[in-house]
Amino acid sequence: MKTAIYVRFQQKIIITCLLIAFIPLLLTGIIIYFQFAGMYQDKIEAQMRYRSRAQAESVDLFLQERTAILSSMADTHLFDIILQENKLAQIFKIMNQRAGAFTDLGVIDASGMQRAYVGPFNLKGYDYHSQHWFAEVMSKGLYISDVYMGYRNIPHFIIAVRRQENDSVWILRATIDSNIFEGIVRSAQIGRTGDAYIMNREGIYQTPPRFNSKILDRSSIDPNLFGRGTTLLGFERGDKHPRLFAGSWLANDKWLLIISEEKAEETKGLVNTRNIEIGVMAIGVLIIIIATIFSTRQTVHQLESADLKMSRMNAQLVQSDKLAALGKMAAGIAHEINNPLAVIIQKTGWMEDLLEEEEFQNSNNIQELKKSVKKIEAHVERARKVVHSMLGYARRMEPRLEDVDVNDTLHQTIALLENYARLNNIRITMESMEDLPIIASDQGQLQQVFMNLLSNAIDAVGKDGIIRVTSEKTTFMIIVRIIDNGPGIPKEKQKKIFEPFFTTKQEGQGMGMGLWISYTIMEKLGGSLTFVSTEGRGTTFNVNIPIIIPEKK
Amino acid sequence: MRHFSILVVDDEEDFVETLVSRLKKRDVDAIGVRSGEEALENIKSREFDVVIMDIKMPGGMDGIEAMRSIKKEHPQTEIILLTGHASVETGIEGIKFGAFDYVLKPVKLEELLKKISSALEKKNTKE
Repeated sequence: MKTAIYVRFQQKIIITCLLIAFIPLLLTGIIIYFQFAGMYQDKIEAQMRYRSRAQAESVDLFLQERTAILSSMADTHLFDIILQENKLAQIFKIMNQRAGAFTDLGVIDASGMQRAYVGPFNLKGYDYHSQHWFAEVMSKGLYISDVYMGYRNIPHFIIAVRRQENDSVWILRATIDSNIFEGIVRSAQIGRTGDAYIMNREGIYQTPPRFNSKILDRSSIDPNLFGRGTTLLGFERGDKHPRLFAGSWLANDKWLLIISEEKAEETKGLVNTRNIEIGVMAIGVLIIIIATIFSTRQTVHQLESADLKMSRMNAQLVQSDKLAALGKMAAGIAHEINNPLAVIIQKTGWMEDLLEEEEFQNSNNIQELKKSVKKIEAHVERARKVVHSMLGYARRMEPRLEDVDVNDTLHQTIALLENYARLNNIRITMESMEDLPIIASDQGQLQQVFMNLLSNAIDAVGKDGIIRVTSEKTTFMIIVRIIDNGPGIPKEKQKKIFEPFFTTKQEGQGMGMGLWISYTIMEKLGGSLTFVSTEGRGTTFNVNIPIIIPEKK
Repeated sequence: MRHFSILVVDDEEDFVETLVSRLKKRDVDAIGVRSGEEALENIKSREFDVVIMDIKMPGGMDGIEAMRSIKKEHPQTEIILLTGHASVETGIEGIKFGAFDYVLKPVKLEELLKKISSALEKKNTKE
């Protein structure tokens, strides 16, 4: 049974312990997480920047190679020779062998006319002088176009170089295979959500992105947000799947290579780590909670039982103090009552003496008078007995120390009461420990204690029951238990049962001295008398007799 | 029973008075006093066969003290102690100091007379 005070105490300790344990744990966990998250984020970003830069460089290299081979072909051939279709086809073949990815090759003269052509489209004789790229290459000497549809009406881009030969000028122009170029760009795609593409300064896709858009569409991302070198951007845009973009401008400064990934995919590792951390923390928290509750419970339980023991001892101390005070008071009262009783007895005796005289013999009321005097004497006797029993038994004598066999004494006492018990259909059983030592004690007084307890037990059981008597030995004590299955002693009366004149029996059946006397006897013998009683279950009296080894005679 | 003398010592006037009257009625030469000091005064002039003495008397000397003085003066006088304390310890203590016996109050005259005659018997055998 736990009282509220211990429950509250336990709760307080548990809460305090948990707070003390959790606050540093949670702080450590949170700090580690954010530290880790920051490092992870930095690393992811650095990786994306690096990939973007590396991819841009490889695209640059691709374009440089193509440009270089185209320039060298233009530089090493004369206009007259290169116009020969078979010669041009041979050059085209060499270029594809050396570098690859060329779709076609054409020679255009200064007026913009395509004079020779090798490739899948029949573009010989087309006039390019009004086209943007033509003006550009004529003025700059080298031009790489954006992707456009052109005459062939499919997306492509061209590389063109101008050749100055004496006074005349001509152009060698090659188209790059879109598929191969797109493949190179796309090789930077990673994962489920990764994307890689190129757009120009106007935001027009130069290679198709992986999701939602086609080549030559306008991107929703403003390429001017990306600064020189490599820039990392994250667009939330209220999107369910926010993405990260790493953009690097190519060497030609008009194409932007973008690598993008969903943030969630980027941080998947981080989320996993966080989940593991939360899991580990949860297990730790659980262990702390269990350990705290368990150890607190045990501590509080120990405390409670220590308190209980202490309060029991206190109660016992108070009890014996109270009884000692009562004993002193009773002795005083006895003296004060015995003196007047002594006078009364003498006075009645005197009256009887006088009534014997002749002059009274003739009185009509002589018999009534004598009867009254006798009655007074009878009641004085009654009062005397009360006073004597109050102290008399217990104070009859200093205990005599004699050799006592406790089991024998018990048997004798039970034998005395057996008839009385049998009349009420009560069985008295005796479970005695063999080999109890013979001790030095007062057999008569012990017998009186057993007698009191047993007759109380019989009265308590009333009819039809069992009284168990046991004896056992501990280091310093012989313990006799008298266990009845009677109705038990009500809790509110338990405190008072050792007080003199306290009785639960009906009027006239007991004076309430038995337990008081037994208690004082046991104190005098250096032992004690205790009891445990549960209402409805019965009462057990423990007679604790000190083991005093008799002196050898 | 030959004629004998008794001194009753008790602080309770009613008790002494009545007991003395009853003893006298039985032809006992009895005198009653109310304190140990008075008792010692009385034994100076004469010797009693038996002194009946209350152990506990308020003020002045108590019964045991008075008894020891009497015994010193008249070793032959037998003393029966009276005690209102229903305790025997003091009685036994009294016997140790030379009392013939002790009686618990309240006591009936018959009982007291029995003790007196035993005391006289003892006294006579000594003589």
